[in-house]
Amino acid sequence: MGSFGELTPPVLQVSQLNRLLRELIENEQLLQDIWIGGEISNFTRATSGHIYFTLKDHSASLKCAIWKGNALRLRMNLRDGMSVEAHGAVSIYEARGECQLIVDALRLAGEGALFQEFLRRKALLESEGLFDLSRKRPLPPAPARVGVVTSSSGAALQDILNTLERRYPLVEVILSPTSVQGEKAPQEIIAALRRLTQRNSPEVIILARGGGSLEDLWAFNDEGVVRAVSDSPVPIVTGVGHETDFTLCDFAADLRAPTPTAAAELVSPDIAELRIQLANQAESLSLVMDALLERQEDSLSSLFSFLVRESPRVRIENDARRLDELSGRGQIAFRYLEVLQEARFSNLIGRMAALDPARVLQRGYAVIRAEDGSSIRSTRQVAKGQQLEIEVTDGTFGAQVNATAVNH
Amino acid sequence: MTKKETVQIESLTYEQAFAELEKVVSALEDGQASLDESVELFQRGQALTKHCADLLEQARLKVTVLEQEPQTNGEKGE
Repeated sequence: MGSFGELTPPVLQVSQLNRLLRELIENEQLLQDIWIGGEISNFTRATSGHIYFTLKDHSASLKCAIWKGNALRLRMNLRDGMSVEAHGAVSIYEARGECQLIVDALRLAGEGALFQEFLRRKALLESEGLFDLSRKRPLPPAPARVGVVTSSSGAALQDILNTLERRYPLVEVILSPTSVQGEKAPQEIIAALRRLTQRNSPEVIILARGGGSLEDLWAFNDEGVVRAVSDSPVPIVTGVGHETDFTLCDFAADLRAPTPTAAAELVSPDIAELRIQLANQAESLSLVMDALLERQEDSLSSLFSFLVRESPRVRIENDARRLDELSGRGQIAFRYLEVLQEARFSNLIGRMAALDPARVLQRGYAVIRAEDGSSIRSTRQVAKGQQLEIEVTDGTFGAQVNATAVNH
Repeated sequence: MTKKETVQIESLTYEQAFAELEKVVSALEDGQASLDESVELFQRGQALTKHCADLLEQARLKVTVLEQEPQTNGEKGE
């Protein structure tokens, strides 16, 4: 018997087999990155946070688990009966020898095909240049009118209105309601956009919808809608779905916001900032005006001091002072003063003689007066045709101006 | 003149009024204007500032709803 020992096939313990199976499966790349389609049943969420369910089709079932970390990241509420596509890695639960799928991502059945279609359309529209960055227009910094295209009953609209009310209540919102989901949504969205830009065109448009599955957001991947966004004469900001959702409209829009609230924030300045800006401008206005008036005052006062410096009074005073100085300089100055006074005296006599009007008239000069008796000294005081009175040494006679000429 | 301008300012949107205020300030900073023109600019600037402040103070979100066209295919009856 003992010699048989070497020939007997080795006996594996159950746990050894299960480990072997697990290792075989986990080394098979094809099974470690796989999508499995089926319907959810036996859905349970354990207190640990892990999720367990069974995926089944018409003839077979497969145990599935979603570990806590991935479970928290799920964007949809799973329930029994849901048709889904689960992505993950196939493994063996060694304790029971059961095959199981460790799920790391889930989508509704059909989303895979939709996603392929999404990629196809994206490539097409991209090749036409609809998503070019050069087409993106800047948003007005403080628009007076904002258009909103969304469902009038959706949470997205409330989020947008609340955000605008809080940040920028100056704005007038023009809501162009439309359905945002379902078969007729694309044509309604296109019509809603057209209504906005045709009638009372706003300065910027928010195109928004709350979160949902790829299928829910499908209208925003519609080719006609994307083209309408791209062709819009008014800049468009999209806020469709959640942070992680991208639609083709997002690529065609002038700006993509992760949520409707974020879209409202992007089109609106914060009123607190506006107050600060306004206060700054008001301050600049006063400062500039103050500086201007100060400059005017400065030039006025320098002009005035120039006038004072150049006035004859100052010159006369200066002359007098110089005279005083001269007079205080002994002999030479005294003689100079004598000469000066003599000269002044004879000059004074001459001037007094000259000032006697009778003597002046005797020498053939005449006094000319206007009708009001004022004497005429300048051509500027007379006009052609004016009556004048001429006084000569023995009487007066009238005269009329017939021409004037100015000496240069 | 002043009265006419006041009417004009009141019809300005915040963005328009603020943009003009900025222009007024930089025109004054330029220093090219005469004193009379500067005083006029300053008064205009003050009026614009007041208008902007009033707009900020009294602002209440206004919502206008455009009517949806009746569905041409008639599927969506009343």
